Amino acid sequence: MTDSPAKPASFQELILRLQTYWSAQGCAILQPFDTEVGAGTLHPATVLRSLGPKPWNVAYVQPSRRPADGRYGENPNRLQHYYQFQVLMKPNPVDLQDRYLGSLDAIGIDRTVHDIRFVEDDWENPTVGAWGLGWEVWCDGMEVSQYTYFQQVGGMDVDLVSGELTYGLERLAMYVFGVDNVYDLPFNAPGLPTSLSYGDVFRRNEVEQSEYNFEHADTDNILERFRMAEAECKALLALEKPLPLPAYEHALKASHLFNLLDARGVVSATQRPEYVKRVRDLARGCASAWVKGEKARAA
Amino acid sequence: MAELLFEIFSEEIPARMQVRAGGELVRLMDAALKDAGLSPNDSHVLTGPRRLTYITDVETRSPDVSEERKGPRVGAPDRAIEGFMRGAGLDDIAQAETRSDKKGDYYVAMIHSEGRDTADILRDAIPAVMNDFPWPKSMTSGESDFRWVRPLRGLTVLLDGRSLDGIEVGGIASDNLVHGHRQMGPGPFAVATLADYKAALDGDGHVMAERKARQERILDQACTVCSEAGLELVEDEGLLDEVTGLVEWPVALLGDMDPDFLELPDEVIRLTLKSHQKTFTVRNEGGQLAPHFVIIANLETPDDGATIKAGNAKVISARLSDARFFQEEDRKRKLQDYHDDLKDLVFHKKLGSMHDKAERVAALAREIAPHVGANPILAEKAARLAKCDLVTQTVIEMTSLQGKVGRWIYEHDVTLGRADSLPSAHPDESRDPADAEASDLDPGVRRGEREWGEADHHAIAVAIEDHYKPQGPSDAVPTEPVAVAVALADKIDTLVGFWAIDEKPTGSKDPYALRRAALGVIRLIASNSINYGIDLSSLKLPLRRVFRDADNAIRRFTRESLPKATLTDNTVNIINEWERRLNLYGDIGRSSISDIEAEIRLSDPEPMKIEADVHADVSAFLKDRLHVYLRGQGHRHDVIDAVIAQGGDDLLAISRRVEALGMFLLEEDGEDLVQGYKRAANILRAEEKKTSKPSARPDGSRYPADGSAESGAGSQIEFGMSGVEYSADEARLLAEALTKTRPAIDAALEAADYPAALSALADLREPIDEFFEAVVVNSDDPDERARRLGLLSAVVETFHRIADFSRLDG
Repeated sequence: MTDSPAKPASFQELILRLQTYWSAQGCAILQPFDTEVGAGTLHPATVLRSLGPKPWNVAYVQPSRRPADGRYGENPNRLQHYYQFQVLMKPNPVDLQDRYLGSLDAIGIDRTVHDIRFVEDDWENPTVGAWGLGWEVWCDGMEVSQYTYFQQVGGMDVDLVSGELTYGLERLAMYVFGVDNVYDLPFNAPGLPTSLSYGDVFRRNEVEQSEYNFEHADTDNILERFRMAEAECKALLALEKPLPLPAYEHALKASHLFNLLDARGVVSATQRPEYVKRVRDLARGCASAWVKGEKARAA
Repeated sequence: MAELLFEIFSEEIPARMQVRAGGELVRLMDAALKDAGLSPNDSHVLTGPRRLTYITDVETRSPDVSEERKGPRVGAPDRAIEGFMRGAGLDDIAQAETRSDKKGDYYVAMIHSEGRDTADILRDAIPAVMNDFPWPKSMTSGESDFRWVRPLRGLTVLLDGRSLDGIEVGGIASDNLVHGHRQMGPGPFAVATLADYKAALDGDGHVMAERKARQERILDQACTVCSEAGLELVEDEGLLDEVTGLVEWPVALLGDMDPDFLELPDEVIRLTLKSHQKTFTVRNEGGQLAPHFVIIANLETPDDGATIKAGNAKVISARLSDARFFQEEDRKRKLQDYHDDLKDLVFHKKLGSMHDKAERVAALAREIAPHVGANPILAEKAARLAKCDLVTQTVIEMTSLQGKVGRWIYEHDVTLGRADSLPSAHPDESRDPADAEASDLDPGVRRGEREWGEADHHAIAVAIEDHYKPQGPSDAVPTEPVAVAVALADKIDTLVGFWAIDEKPTGSKDPYALRRAALGVIRLIASNSINYGIDLSSLKLPLRRVFRDADNAIRRFTRESLPKATLTDNTVNIINEWERRLNLYGDIGRSSISDIEAEIRLSDPEPMKIEADVHADVSAFLKDRLHVYLRGQGHRHDVIDAVIAQGGDDLLAISRRVEALGMFLLEEDGEDLVQGYKRAANILRAEEKKTSKPSARPDGSRYPADGSAESGAGSQIEFGMSGVEYSADEARLLAEALTKTRPAIDAALEAADYPAALSALADLREPIDEFFEAVVVNSDDPDERARRLGLLSAVVETFHRIADFSRLDG
């Protein structure tokens, strides 16, 4: 890799550069959502706001949790907690692809020496009944982003098509910095007394969370909490004046609890589709209540 | 004629869709221009990741057309005349001519339609073609309703040296600007002619727009970078096609990988590089894989691709590390230890788990084995192992390695001496005792008196890998007997299972690839010359197990998730039937199935109806696919019909009969003989009508194939009855010929020598001809007439022993 002067110095600078760049593109920079999610897409700022007739342009970092991917801090590439950078522009501007390429420039990927490719990859998230057409973006054969034009969300056709960009921040950073182990990433500016590596910040969390996810999570308790979250979500949607935003938080909690059960290995292959369907029904209920509310307000 | 160029510029079109889209663009544009009276000539298309470009020669204006339109009679009602004027575009009826014929005067309008400028035609045709374009998957973007495969970014239409601007589709207006390579020459470039266009793209634009040229350059460059390093490219047509759709300006680069990875099976390396990285593998002079790869980059760089090579090498290294990790993990257990894990893998929610399927296939493979010359114990063992690799990490990652991975693990097990070398009592003791009896052909081996040798392990290994074959019309067909038994059993189980739950292919929909499974059965039987009828004995066993597994699966799934309403009626019937039997006889495993069936038959006249229906359906489906297969081999459809209608379930016998009959009909004798048959059959049919005795045969054939006395003539006198005297020499000759020929035909059929059967049949030609020349069937003497009709009926019946000749054309 050639050294480009524009290269950021740390993981956090890479995030700051993306925020600055997308801010300049007119996106509101949001903060992470405070409920566990499996992917940045699940933030209500994407799932719910991509529905309805109002324009919406945002970018944000979202911590994502995938309990089954934990490796006790020992695998250089896998984490049960990691960051995604998410951009949603609705309706997608005509030149979104060019703007995306501009964001690669902004984080120091020199396009005169790197081979950037858009390779067909149609995205689908059955849990929230969402799908779209798009690509994996490759940089020298490595996937650096997922790029999707949303067609359906919550099982409903979208009113305006959103362009969604998702950057896997750790992987992108490892590539930009030429680092083979995620824990070696410079978290902030390196070479200073205050310097921290990614491992300094997160390794212990990976170890403890892996132990929890795989060994100590109380499955009876989690199962009960799953039922409670499900019931709460349904109750909020059944109100005369439904409350889709709080309901959606409970749907997300149910989804995370299911992922925990899955990581503990207590969900059989035959039960799996059943749970997925239950979560999907919740998420779809929220999406449809949200759209009704938006349209009522717009009218 | 003028030059027309029409470029549709978009964001990246999926590689797999480009060629087809190019073909559609030519077809639709040509059709639209022709509809408008133009004659496009030499139309072709350029396709690539970001553009489809239609190029043709066409007139600048469509010709004027004059047409006469005949109208109503002079003096016809006003409404008729007004309608005529409106249709012909007349303001006044005086504008029409008046002509006369025998019946009087009538109006004729001369309609002149003026030609249109091609530019105007294009302004209509281009949006029409694009709005209705048949993409396999399309999308909308932003606020627009226009659907395209990915967002549209530009349109350029050049006609006769100038750009037609402002043709609008999906919010994009055409202009004279074309865009080059994103990095190496984005442009835009102003163009007015095809020559400009080519110069802009080939030159500063750095886009090889023509697919064929691009593909040739890729292959050429890839071979060159290899040969410069003393290596050779492993060519891969599918991959070449794909990368041709991924680049506009190909640059082949030779990258390096860690030689340690070469310990992985070649297939794993090749597939990992191909499917994940779209990268070619490379071999050395000795033909072994070399620690290199060829990537087709999309740009030239100041560092001659060094960064691109390094980046790809890193990703490939990570991918191959994963593959190695999976392989090591997979090999930690014996292949057979995965068998239980198959319980968690759903085959189909109504047909149980993959474990259920493997057990069914094992039982059936053991039944089939003796028919194909395989050891039943080995076939059973191989079938039980064949699906085990489906739960290995490697296959979960790379599905197309199914079968291969199982074989590798099994061979690894054999090397380590941990594969079974004796047939042990397997852990699943729920087998039906009836099955065990049926397979007890080699008691010595079953009791473990003989150890398995290298050849036995090899047979199992091959069967594990090859049992999915043949996958398509051109895939190789297994020949190793154990593999043949397992391959047949797997496919028959699939067919019967999906039939039992009423998931048959319909129209173009065949989600479970049942047509392919049926073709697989046919090709396995045809290529291996297996005399094995797909009759009740080969379908009953899987069917019975399918019922049981379907029952278990449905109980499991209904309890856990499925509302009962999602089950089909047929399935519910099957389950009810099965439950009834379980209730009647307790544990189904305890007594022999055939005993139970015998009892059920006694207690209920139609107990086996569901089984019989499924069996008949599957048999019919197989014959239908056999028909398609034989047509594909160049046989006449009427010949195939004639043979299949004759009956029988032996697919090989049907194929051979079709071959023999086809050859026979090419000979002069053959055709004459068919004429003789038709004459006899026609007389009988006419007679049948006369006596107005309706055909009682449900299959629609007119004559009983067994030549029984209820023949169509309504005659009481049957050929061969003792004491029947024939009054004419020719009739006597025919009777004698029949008496002589029939045993010869039967013997030949028995020996499956169909050419001999047909040549015996040919001996009837002369007697039949002479009979028709000299004998009047419709004799005034009713006895004589009956005798003669009986004789003809016997002739027809004799023909039908070989094929239903009434179905032949001509």
